[in-house]
Amino acid sequence: MLQIFCPHCAELRSEEEFHASGQAHIPRPLDPAACTDEQWGTYMFFRDNPRGIHHELWIHAAGCRQYFNATRDTVTYEIFETYKIGEKPQVTAKPAGAVPEAAAREE
Amino acid sequence: MSQVNRLPNGGRIDRSKTLSFTFNGQHYTGYEGDTLASALLANGVDIIGRSFKYSRPRGIIAAGAEEPNAVLQIGASEATQIPNVRATQQALYPGLVATSTNGWPNVNSDMMGILGKVGGKLMPPGFYYKTFMYPKAFWMTYEKYIRKAAGLGRSPLENDPDTYDYMNQHCDVLVVGAGPAGLAAALAAGRSGARVILADEQEEFGGSLLDTRETLDGQPAADWVAKVIAELQGLPGVTLLPRATVNGYHDHNFLTIHQRLADHLGDRAPIGTVRQRVHRVRAGRVVLATGTHERPLVYGNNDVPGNLLAGAVSVYVRRYGVAPGKKLVLSTNNDHAYRVVLDWLDAGLPVVAVADARGNPRGALVEAARARGVRILTGSAVIEARGTKRVTAARVAAIDTQSMKVTSNGEWLDCDLVASSGGYSPVVHLASHLGGKPVWREDILGFVPGDAPQKRVCVGGINGVFGLADALADGFEGGARAAAEAGFKVVEGVLPQVLAKPEEPTLALFLVPHDKGTARAPKQFVDQQNDVTAAAIELATREGFESVEHVKRYTALGFGTDQGKLGNINGLAIAARSRGITIPEMGTTMFRPNYTPVTFGAVAGRHCGHLFEPVRLTALHAWHVKHGATFEDVGQWKRPWYFPKRGEDLHAAVARECKAVRDSVGLLDASTLGKIDIQGPDAREFLNRVYTNAWSKLDVGKARYGLMCKEDGMVFDDGVTACLADNHFLMTTTTGGAARVLQWLEIYQQTEWPELKVYFTSVTDHWATLTLSGPNSRKLLAEVTDIDLGKDAFPFMTWKEGLVAGVPARVFRISFTGELSYEVNVQADYAMGVLEKIAEAGKAYNLTPYGTETMHVLRAEKGFIIVGQDTDGSVTPDDLNMGWAVGRNKPFSWIGWRGMNREDCLREDRKQLVGLKPVDPNTVLPEGAQLVFDPKQPIPMDMVGHVTSSYMSATLGRSFALAVVKGGLKRMGEKVWAPLVDGGVIEAEICASVFVDPKNERQNV
Repeated sequence: MLQIFCPHCAELRSEEEFHASGQAHIPRPLDPAACTDEQWGTYMFFRDNPRGIHHELWIHAAGCRQYFNATRDTVTYEIFETYKIGEKPQVTAKPAGAVPEAAAREE
Repeated sequence: MSQVNRLPNGGRIDRSKTLSFTFNGQHYTGYEGDTLASALLANGVDIIGRSFKYSRPRGIIAAGAEEPNAVLQIGASEATQIPNVRATQQALYPGLVATSTNGWPNVNSDMMGILGKVGGKLMPPGFYYKTFMYPKAFWMTYEKYIRKAAGLGRSPLENDPDTYDYMNQHCDVLVVGAGPAGLAAALAAGRSGARVILADEQEEFGGSLLDTRETLDGQPAADWVAKVIAELQGLPGVTLLPRATVNGYHDHNFLTIHQRLADHLGDRAPIGTVRQRVHRVRAGRVVLATGTHERPLVYGNNDVPGNLLAGAVSVYVRRYGVAPGKKLVLSTNNDHAYRVVLDWLDAGLPVVAVADARGNPRGALVEAARARGVRILTGSAVIEARGTKRVTAARVAAIDTQSMKVTSNGEWLDCDLVASSGGYSPVVHLASHLGGKPVWREDILGFVPGDAPQKRVCVGGINGVFGLADALADGFEGGARAAAEAGFKVVEGVLPQVLAKPEEPTLALFLVPHDKGTARAPKQFVDQQNDVTAAAIELATREGFESVEHVKRYTALGFGTDQGKLGNINGLAIAARSRGITIPEMGTTMFRPNYTPVTFGAVAGRHCGHLFEPVRLTALHAWHVKHGATFEDVGQWKRPWYFPKRGEDLHAAVARECKAVRDSVGLLDASTLGKIDIQGPDAREFLNRVYTNAWSKLDVGKARYGLMCKEDGMVFDDGVTACLADNHFLMTTTTGGAARVLQWLEIYQQTEWPELKVYFTSVTDHWATLTLSGPNSRKLLAEVTDIDLGKDAFPFMTWKEGLVAGVPARVFRISFTGELSYEVNVQADYAMGVLEKIAEAGKAYNLTPYGTETMHVLRAEKGFIIVGQDTDGSVTPDDLNMGWAVGRNKPFSWIGWRGMNREDCLREDRKQLVGLKPVDPNTVLPEGAQLVFDPKQPIPMDMVGHVTSSYMSATLGRSFALAVVKGGLKRMGEKVWAPLVDGGVIEAEICASVFVDPKNERQNV
C-alpha cells in the first residue's frame, strides 16, 4: 500500500485515502468541435503506459477532496513528488542512484 | 498409546503438564510446549495423511513453516474448523482435535492409494488437463470429484464464534524473525531508542538458538535468548510479537503480520479475547532476518514416512525431547547436517551410517562424528528408501555428481529414519514480494535477495551468512544501520562469544542419481504436497515447457498451500540440469503474499456481520419499519421496496400502491436521492458545461430536469436541479450516482476550469425528502402548509419555501410518476414529525406509502428512465428519444456534445429506447431478455436489443416494457420477439415509451 504526500494537506497519508484518476497533464481540447473524430478519440481513450516515470492524477478522496499530480515509477512504485494542479513536475527522468529496473519489479 | 518416542529427558517441554488430544479419532497425550507435530511424532504416529495425486502415505518431514505434508484440519466443533493448519506450527493445547484432510476410508488403508499405485505411471504431469479436458463443459463436474478425492481441507459450515481484528501500527524498525540475527538486530535498534517491532512466527523467540548445540559466552544459547528478551521487554519503544508471521511485504514498507493470539490456548479463544490479529505496519526501515530453510535431497521413495530433514530431526530431539525413529541414516552434502548425528548419539540412539556426497569431508562436525565412531560413507548418498508405511531400509551407493551416475551397487542399510540435508536456502520470500529478483550465489548454493528500492536491510541466513557468530554480528550491524538510517543514534554493543567451528563447502547436489535413471527409478519427490516428481519436471522440460513459470504451472510444482518452500530450489535445479543451463539462468518463480496461509477470520477482521459494510438509513426509516416495509438495498441505503398488507405478496402490494397513487395520493421517501449544493458566481456557467441542456435562463424559483453525459456522449446520470438564487443551485442525482457525480463535478472544476468560481457540498443527508404524488396531493399538502399551492401560484417545475407541518421546508413541484406531485424537503432531524403530521392528515385521502417497486412501475408507465437500468453507458440522449434535453446551441462545448456528434453516435440504426407491449397482455417479459426481429432464424440469432424494464401494470391492465431496439423509433407498430432460455418465445409490439398520459394532462393540473 502506497504512502502519498498530499500537497494540499501537506501530510504523508495512506493510499486508502486516495483514488488514482489516470494519467496527468491531459488537457481537454479548448475547442472540441475543431477536433476530428480521431483527435477526439485520442484525447478520450489513448493513454501512455510507460515503464518507469509516470505522471498521474490523484484525488485525496477521503481527505481534502483535492486533486493533485504525482510522479511515480511504475516499476518500483516509488513516488518521487506530488504537486498541485497547474504546477509542472520537477522529476521527469529517473533520479541518479535509483535502483536499476532490472533489479526491481519484474513480471 | 503412550508416548513411545519421547526421550527420557531434554526438550523445552513441561513434562508436568500432560495434554490430551485426538488425531483421526484416536486419543493421544503430549506435553505443554509440544507442537502438534512433535506430539504426534512422540506417539509414534507415522502416517499423517495421504498424498494429493498418488495417495501415498505421508509423514512429517519438517519442523516449521516449510512442512508440506502435515497440513491438517483442526477443530473440535463444526464452528471452529480450521483447514490448512501446519501441525509443525500448531501449539498443542488440551482437547485439540485434528484430522487428516484426505484418505478414505482412513489414512492407513486408503482406496485412492491402490489407484495411485496402479495409475502412478499413467498420471504424468498435466494428467488432469489432458484427461478431463473433454467435453469442456464437464470439467466442473470432474473437478468436484477430483478435489473431494484429493482432500484439501474444508471450511466450517457454521459461524466462527471467535473474534478477529486489525491493528494499524507504525514503527521505525520492523525486525522480521527472532533467530540469532533478528534478536541481535532488535537489540541494536531497540537500544538506540527507535520504535521497534520484533515479530516471529514461532511459539517462542530464539529460532535456531532453541535447538543449537553451540554455546554463547559458554552458556546454553537459550539463556542468552532469555536475557535478550528480558532486555527488549524493558525497552519502552519495543513491541514483541510472538506467534506473528510477517506474511506480506507491500509497497512503501507496508507489511502485514498475522498474529495468532489464542490459537495455542484452545479450540476457542478465551471469552472476551481476540483469536487472531492482523497488524498493518508502516515501517520506517525493515530488517529481514528470516533465516534459511534446509533443503531435502531428492531420492527414490523419499516421501515414505520416516524420511525427515536432518535439521528437523535435531529440532525434535533437542527442543521437544522426541526421537522420530530408532535407527538413523543421514544423507548429506554439507557439514552442518552432522549436528543430527551428534544429537542422535547424545539421545542414546544408534546412527547406522552417514552417506556424505563429498569425497573427503574433514570439517569439525564431521570429525566430531567420526571421533564417536560413526560410519561415514563418502562420495555416497541414499539413492532410495524402502518401506510403505514407514522406512525399513535405505540403499546407500556411491555416486558421481558430475555425470549424475550411480557408481556402485551400494548396500541396503536397516534403518527406520532417513535424515537428509541438501543445503540451506535463504528464506527470500518477503524480500521478493515486491518483485525484487533474488540472486544466485554459487558459494552458498542458494538465492539471496537482490537490490531493491525498499528501505530494508537483510541480515543473517537470508543474506547467506550462515555461521552463528557471523549471523549475530550481521544482525547487530544491520539493526544498528536500520536505526541510524531512521534517524537514531546507535549505541555500541558487545556480542556474545561463539566458538566458531569452520564448515567446509556444501557440494551442489539436488537430485540424487539412481541406477535406473530418473524416469524408471522409484518416485523421487520434489514437491510432496503436490506429488511432483523429478521425472515429472524432466518430462515437462522435454515437452517444451522451458520457462520456470511454465514448468511450475504444468507440473503444479510449488502450487500447494506450502508454496513449495521445500521443493522449489530442487525443482529449479532439476529443470535447469534437464535443460542444460545453470540455476540462475533458469531463475525463480514469483513470490507472492501470503507467506503462509491466513484464516478468513483474520482477513475479515471485524468486517463481518453487521459491520461488513456501513448501512445508510433515512431519517424516516423507523416509520417504514413500523408500517411493515420490505426493504431493498440501493447502494448502502436501505429503501422501502413495498409495504405489504396482511397476506399481500409483492405483486398485490404494488398493484394496490400504484392504484392509490393514480386514484388519490401516495407517499414515497425520496431522501436517498443525491443532493449537491452548488454555489458561486459561476455556478450557472458550470451547470451549462456539465449538463446537456441549457441553464442560462433558469429563473430563481424554477427547477429543470437535466441529463449528464460523459465526454463520449453517453448518459451517466440525471436529475432535477433547482435555482435557489442566482448563484445558488440544488442538484439532485440518482441514489447510486451521488458520490460519482460529486467527484465528476470536482475533477472538472479543479483540473479543467479552475477559473470558474463554484463550490460543491454534498447535502444528501442534511435533507429528508417526502414525495406526495397523486391527484389528491395538493389537497392533502394544503392541510399542513402555509404555501399557496394554487395551479398558477405554484406551477409545475417550480419550487417554494414555506412551512410544512410547522417546519421550514423547500417544496419542489416535480414529478417522477406523471401525477401531480410535491417533493417536500425538510431538515432531516424534523422529518419524522413532519411525516407523522402528513400521515395523520392523509387518512382522509387514503394516503398510501409506496416503495421503490411501485415507483419503478409508475415511472415506467410514464416512460421516465432510470439511469443504469434503462441505460448502460452506451446510450446517448438521442438514443433515449430525449433530444429535447440537448442544448444544441449552447456556446461552450459542454461535456458530451463532441462525443455524441461522432459518426457512430449519429447512426440511425442505433439501439433506441422504445416501449413494448407483449401480444399476450398477461405475459411479463423478463428484464434483460434479448430481442430479435425474426424468431425463426437459425442460432446464433441476430440480436437487435434487449428489455430494460418490464412490469405488470394495474393502471394499464396489462404487461408492458421498456427496451432498446435497433432503429426502434422508426419501427413503431412492428413486432419483436424475445427467445427465452427455456425455448419459449414472447412476441411483443413496439410502441411509444410513454404509456400513461402522453399529453402530460395529469401532472400539469
